[in-house]
Amino acid sequence: MIQVSNLSKTYGSKTAIQGVTFDVKPGEILGFLGPNGAGKTTTMRILCGYLPPSSGKATIAGHDVFTESLEVRRKIGYLPESVPLYPEMTVEDYLLFMAQIRGVPRGRRRQRVQQVMHLCHVDDVRRTLIGRLSRGYRQRVGLAQALVHDPPVLVLDEPTVGLDPKQITDTRQLIKSLGGSHTILLSTHILPEVSMTCNRVVIINEGRVVAEDTPENLTRRLRGSERIALEVRGPADRVKAVLCAIPNVLNVEMVASNGRPRFLVDCAVGQDVREDVAAAIVNNGWGLLELHSVGMSLEEVFLKLITREEGTG
Amino acid sequence: MGNVIAIARRELMSYYGSFLFYVVTAAFLVITGFFFAVTVAFSRSAQVAPLFQTMYTIMLLVAPILTMRLLAEEQRTGTIELLLTSPVRDAELVLGKFLAGLGLLVSMLVLTGFYPLLLALYGNPDRGGIIGGYLGALLFGGLAIAIGLFTSSLTQNQIVAAVLSFAILLLLWVIDGLGSLVGGVVGSIATYLAVFTHFSDMTRGIVDTKDVVYFLTVIVGALFFTTWSVETRRWR
Repeated sequence: MIQVSNLSKTYGSKTAIQGVTFDVKPGEILGFLGPNGAGKTTTMRILCGYLPPSSGKATIAGHDVFTESLEVRRKIGYLPESVPLYPEMTVEDYLLFMAQIRGVPRGRRRQRVQQVMHLCHVDDVRRTLIGRLSRGYRQRVGLAQALVHDPPVLVLDEPTVGLDPKQITDTRQLIKSLGGSHTILLSTHILPEVSMTCNRVVIINEGRVVAEDTPENLTRRLRGSERIALEVRGPADRVKAVLCAIPNVLNVEMVASNGRPRFLVDCAVGQDVREDVAAAIVNNGWGLLELHSVGMSLEEVFLKLITREEGTG
Repeated sequence: MGNVIAIARRELMSYYGSFLFYVVTAAFLVITGFFFAVTVAFSRSAQVAPLFQTMYTIMLLVAPILTMRLLAEEQRTGTIELLLTSPVRDAELVLGKFLAGLGLLVSMLVLTGFYPLLLALYGNPDRGGIIGGYLGALLFGGLAIAIGLFTSSLTQNQIVAAVLSFAILLLLWVIDGLGSLVGGVVGSIATYLAVFTHFSDMTRGIVDTKDVVYFLTVIVGALFFTTWSVETRRWR
């Protein structure tokens, strides 16, 4: 549905993005993850026809974003990062205006606006001036505006910024429910958001795509080792030494929590050492209070990717 | 066309809801009213030409204030990003904004209709002069708004937009003097460019196609450059 190939954009001598390639299948929710300034907004602006690419090509529903910009713009609902709104308009008037310029036929406009106001939980402020709304409400009015013409493709630049935890959950749920019937490209620098809402992740850093996969695969692929966490009642130093001696254990890390020592054991991929660990502890007469394997969180994956990229580049 | 009307309507509503518009309109009416009263009181005749000349002079100052925010504000707040990513052609956006500016001007001109009406009640003013005068106001106003819209497209700063458009309008206003001073080809070009040359006859009820063509050419030219400026904005 969205195909981006070798997209680059330079501002003068500064390169914003370079050789960005990815695609989004129909009905998929793709997370676009990267630190601030990585080139997420630039890529999204190019996709929406706001900026022309310096080189490369992008198509949305088969239409080139540059040469068939109007066609593309008809198919896209866009929520810019800054959530630009007209402060002097009421929520309802603003959405009616957006519906009109986005091409919703006159007869369906009021009904569509009612629907999106309900969907985005802004019906209680429909007659309030946008300038008087809180950040959370503005964000949701922005989202409503992107949905008002029921576009097949949604491009959302940091849609949950400025919302309180309850609103964040609601918004993520809403986005998730829109997936399937809509193709969604969602940018964020909040990692849990990606694993919670997205089918697939593209990680971008310093203008380049550094990884692309499902959140689960990415975690697995990047885990150079499997990790086990355990809590043991026993002399910490000796426990550590015993753990290190177990075959296939690569590294043992000791962390203290609530005054009790906890151990993080890294072992080679595909080698389950849990039984060996349990046996070693019991044989030494210590108490095994807890033992479970931990996947690396996407947050760690992300940090790892970023640092690796910096290390090589 | 639907998009043009939608954009013009939104803009007009936003101006009608703003304090600035009423301040500007009030100032416009007070100044034109003062000169109208003084002229009528002292000349004791139902002339309309002085009224319209005052009106044009004040429009020179008022137009940049009305147009300065048309595009500059959208660029400052970022709302232009939504307009330019909506299926609206750049030309439709520019035309919508122009019509909004023109609408504001017309609503101000309608209020001045009180003065000729007063004259008609007590005297016998020249109907041709009134119609010509208003036509001139509309054409000159259109020119001022088109130029103001262009300068507003160049910057995010409303003050810069206003100063720039005022400078251009003032140049077109005073270039007349250069025409009589220099003479020759340059002089006649300068005289042709000057707005004064083109509306002085209208207040006497004489509408020359040449003059109408002049105003329309400048308006279309300025709108064309504005569209170009909005388009290249995507490149900047």
